[in-house]
Amino acid sequence: MAALLPLAAIEVADLRKSYGSDTVVDGVSFAVQHGSVTGFLGPNGAGKSTTLRMLVGLTRPSSGYATVLGLRYPELSNPGRRVGVLLDAAAQHAGRTGHEVLTLGAMLMGLPATRVEEMIELVGLTPAEARRRTGTYSLGMRQRLGIAHALLGRPQVLILDEPANGLDPAGIHWMRGLLREFADAGGAVLLSSHLLREIEVIADELVVIGRGRIVAQGSKHDLLAAAGTFVRGAGDLDTALRAAGIEFRPADGGGYTSPAGAEAIAHAAARAGVVLTELRPADGAGLEDLFLQLTADDAREDVTA
Amino acid sequence: MTGSITTAVAPTQPVTTGRDGIPFGRLLRTELRKLTDTRASRWFLAAIIAATPIVVAVMLFAVAPKDLTYNKFVDYTVAPEKILLPALGILAMTSEWSQRTGLVTFTLVPDRRRVLLAKFMATLALGLLVIAIVFAVSAVGNLLGIGLRHGNGSWSFGLAGFAEITLVQIIGLVEGMAFGMAMLITAAAIVSYYVVPNLWSVLFSSTSSLKHSANWVDLNQAAGNLYNQKITGTGWLQLLVAAALWILIPLTVGVWRVSRTEVKT
Repeated sequence: MAALLPLAAIEVADLRKSYGSDTVVDGVSFAVQHGSVTGFLGPNGAGKSTTLRMLVGLTRPSSGYATVLGLRYPELSNPGRRVGVLLDAAAQHAGRTGHEVLTLGAMLMGLPATRVEEMIELVGLTPAEARRRTGTYSLGMRQRLGIAHALLGRPQVLILDEPANGLDPAGIHWMRGLLREFADAGGAVLLSSHLLREIEVIADELVVIGRGRIVAQGSKHDLLAAAGTFVRGAGDLDTALRAAGIEFRPADGGGYTSPAGAEAIAHAAARAGVVLTELRPADGAGLEDLFLQLTADDAREDVTA
Repeated sequence: MTGSITTAVAPTQPVTTGRDGIPFGRLLRTELRKLTDTRASRWFLAAIIAATPIVVAVMLFAVAPKDLTYNKFVDYTVAPEKILLPALGILAMTSEWSQRTGLVTFTLVPDRRRVLLAKFMATLALGLLVIAIVFAVSAVGNLLGIGLRHGNGSWSFGLAGFAEITLVQIIGLVEGMAFGMAMLITAAAIVSYYVVPNLWSVLFSSTSSLKHSANWVDLNQAAGNLYNQKITGTGWLQLLVAAALWILIPLTVGVWRVSRTEVKT
């Protein structure tokens, strides 16, 4: 796949959007590669949705540019066949049935009607649910319908804004499997979320945005590694660590997290004769700290679920 | 869910540009379908279409036999359509914005003017169908008038009559579409369409200094001359000027707004 598609699937370069003196997106740059799932993470109001809208041509950037599959989105011919987009699952005509929504999409993209049934089955809507008007749908059902719509045209790229919103844990698990398979088959996924936990289990790459600016980006692995090491031990572990000059702080529920590597901590414990009961890379908590810290000023209290 | 996830979602299309675009015919068919695929839109269309036989039925009972002519039937049956067709135009143009489906539509077809053109043509086609029904059902009414009440039954109408009635109806429909595009919000478009031109008419017909120019700037009046089937050369010119004012201006504003307005989530 990479040989066939040398360009990044999505490229965003110094994208800016201002409304009057209010700059909502402020010089955002990142790329999404084929075969990967990139999480676009940030608190509500950080500029995620505006960035995604600029990416698909619904909002004009004040400056900078964005390309999908090497082209500006409006230059793609029949874009639904290349890029699956779900920006707001709730934005459906309440009087249209789920089946009708997909039928309209299939008609426009020039797809056979059988594709509609395939997608309904794929996202786990029952035929009876598909025949109901979307006004009666729960948010989770709307998300499933939206994902079915995004996948209709067999795209190579998926752009999803808060797709896990309203899904139950089983639904999130299902979506993770779906997006993983899509990426493993060479597809590129960009999905946004304001919840670290949600995106952490799905994404390979992370782009963290706060107040319109990118505050961190890289592979989830690297960002997690930057979170340091978790250690728990029997006996006077903190004295041992202090003696070795290792920085640390108590973690919730006992134990310590430290920016030092596992080996340095093990040596320090061995020298002091302290038995370690747990020694491992610190998990998402570190990333969560990073996320909270980097976006603390921007985080809004009114998290809309 | 199923075992076919991979085959269903696996990317299959190579990157190409400029090919395999969406033909206009397909866009037009989709827009036509969107006009008739919700419960509300079906009821509205049913009401528009049912208005004609209802008026005909009432006329068969209420109008004196000597007045039961084709001309009279058409005259009465177009009256409700003159009011309802503009509403059809408004709804057709505002629904992407009021129902927020523009998010999907303009993502699938980034060239919004193309979407507008398809909507325009689809609504026009539906409008012409409604007018054809008016002419056809009026003919049935006239036959029934002859058969049931020994009505006058005159068919005198003339080709120009068909053309002029159609034009008046289409003017209303297009004016509605233009207002819908310019406003983008259904309620605002409905209110401004039904209130502003009428206030304008009142102003121009009641103010003596403005009265003589009413035919030039009042589309109701300028188009009304068509109804009476006695339009002159000046009348046509007045119609053109009034149409420019009430259709061309909102239409231009509308196309500009639809192409520029940010589609928000």
